[in-house]
Amino acid sequence: MQDFVAAKFEMAEYWHINSGLEERVKEFLAKKIEPDVVLQIDIPEKDFNIAGRGSSELKNLLKRLGVDSDILRRIAVASYEAEINVAAHSIGGKMISNVYDDLIYMQFIDNGPGISDIEQAMIPGYSTADDLVREFGFGAGLGLPNIKKNSDALHIESALGSPTLVEIIIFFLK
Amino acid sequence: MTLYDIVELLDAEVLYEGADLNKVVPCAFASDLISDILMCTKEPTLLLTGLTNNQVIRLADMIDLIGIVFVRGKKPMQDVIDMAKERGLPLIATKMTLYRSSGILYNAGLRSCKI
Repeated sequence: MQDFVAAKFEMAEYWHINSGLEERVKEFLAKKIEPDVVLQIDIPEKDFNIAGRGSSELKNLLKRLGVDSDILRRIAVASYEAEINVAAHSIGGKMISNVYDDLIYMQFIDNGPGISDIEQAMIPGYSTADDLVREFGFGAGLGLPNIKKNSDALHIESALGSPTLVEIIIFFLK
Repeated sequence: MTLYDIVELLDAEVLYEGADLNKVVPCAFASDLISDILMCTKEPTLLLTGLTNNQVIRLADMIDLIGIVFVRGKKPMQDVIDMAKERGLPLIATKMTLYRSSGILYNAGLRSCKI
């Protein structure tokens, strides 16, 4: 995936693509086709009354579109974890879900303050969650690992003092 | 095992009227950490937890929860109960601890969910 390394921004990058899907993911990203449906939702900072609504809404939309229930669960879990990450760890951001006939391409973009060490953030159990976030039952240190586990492709771009971009691709058919 | 059996076994209270307690419970999972619950639940599951905030109900939008048992005498606020009611998600509260509740249900034959 060297084509996508954005070293020009001096941002740290992380890629995970499920084995066997590299070509499909690369082809999709290169084509830059317009999605059939776009769902954009704002994610305010530390508002846990609202957090998660975006993922609920997305799941309902995909359910209506007839996406398989097991795939639906993987999308909902990955989306929810990423949505909670934005609410819990950033000063706010948004989620953009691009729905195609054969896949979903989700983008989570926040306004910072960025991840200082992405590799460390990927270690199960590592968490920087504060007390308020932990009171809600978050902060297990499994957010990013859980996204990775449920995604076909995961791309993270961030640096301390910068916005974070998390991109997730999940195919509707295996 | 149905939710009725669980209410009886845990000497528990049903938190709103009209919940369908005839639902058969195939398996259970117990945790106070949201990501653990999301990671370990792939089939219809009864959740035992000490968490009582709205995000526990939100979980039921993402994964297939048969019902929630709140342990250690904890009860959610009315707005959280209303959220569950909207979703038809049965809520049960017991004074027993998470360990004791899990042990009783396990001994009665309720298996752990596949992780």
